[in-house]
Amino acid sequence: MADPTKEESTAAQETAAAQDPTAQQNAQVLALLHSLFGEATFTDVHEPYGLLTVTTKREHIHRIVAGLQQDETLKFHFLTTMCGINYPENLNQELGMIYHLHSLVHNIRVRIKIFFPLADPVVPTLTDLYAAANWMEREAYDFYGIIFTGHPNLRRILNVEDMDYHPMRRQYPVEDGTREDKTDLFFGR
Amino acid sequence: MVDTRVPEIKSVPAPEGIEGAGFFATSLEKVVGIARANSLWPLPFATSCCGIEFMATMGAHYDISRFGSERPSFSPRQADLLMVMGTIAKKMAPIVKQVYEQMAEPRWVLAMGACACSGGIFDSYSVLQGIDRIIPVDVYIPGCPPRPEQVLDGLMRVQDLAKNESIRRRNSPEYQALLASYNIK
Repeated sequence: MADPTKEESTAAQETAAAQDPTAQQNAQVLALLHSLFGEATFTDVHEPYGLLTVTTKREHIHRIVAGLQQDETLKFHFLTTMCGINYPENLNQELGMIYHLHSLVHNIRVRIKIFFPLADPVVPTLTDLYAAANWMEREAYDFYGIIFTGHPNLRRILNVEDMDYHPMRRQYPVEDGTREDKTDLFFGR
Repeated sequence: MVDTRVPEIKSVPAPEGIEGAGFFATSLEKVVGIARANSLWPLPFATSCCGIEFMATMGAHYDISRFGSERPSFSPRQADLLMVMGTIAKKMAPIVKQVYEQMAEPRWVLAMGACACSGGIFDSYSVLQGIDRIIPVDVYIPGCPPRPEQVLDGLMRVQDLAKNESIRRRNSPEYQALLASYNIK
């Protein structure tokens, strides 16, 4: 902290943050999250393009989303989207789920991520909180094989029902293996 | 000046036959073939951009009805020609097959565009790599999407088939073996 330029720039950032309404809102949401669930629950807090993004553990996800939904001041009543993701290089954190919540009353958004191992792709369902979670969880199950415990009807939604794998997992090729007209040595596969 | 010329009306030329005073004799097969070829009722199975080109083909400018396909049939029972135009996802495949099975003989299939012919650019886990994996195809139209002129040319190739094939094609052992290879009764 002896470096005066650094102190200055931090101060400048703080002033800028104080003037920026998005940063103020994000600080408010983050303060709420910390007060409700504790600071240790959240890691990797950042704000790309002004969207507050936090990472947490899957044990906490249901009560965090429930807490945000039931919060009287912020009222995160809308589950914008939720989707799966697969990073095969992150050992024991290969699969993830990303939740976007939106407060329609105050126009505040928040993004929550959880990561968990490929061998144990089990996540609690949000269908008891948001009806919209039903089809989105079916989609995540369809493409990533994430099992949502408590989901009322967890079956494939977009792909053919007799498909025997989860195609968006990175261990499978995106291409159809039976394609015949692309065997060209130089221009095809 | 008002153009008072009467346009020349073109009709389908008569088939080969024996002609004399007051009679004309030819084989029934040729007459039926001509009748079928000049009144093909297409069933447009349009799923994507090729369907838009087909709409242009149906419209007044290109006018598919000049070739006898005046009436697009939206019931497979009354259609002669299944025109599959566009990407067929694997989930859609059983529906295409069901529509084909519901059509009565004689029936022809035209695959329009790269997707219907081979899967096109959609070399993907979710897309059927050509409709000839589920139903037999008579005419393929390449292109992405093909121009209406190509669609008309494809239709004329189907007309050639209708004219020149046996009217009892459905009874031939080759045709039955072909359907059996697709597991269609």
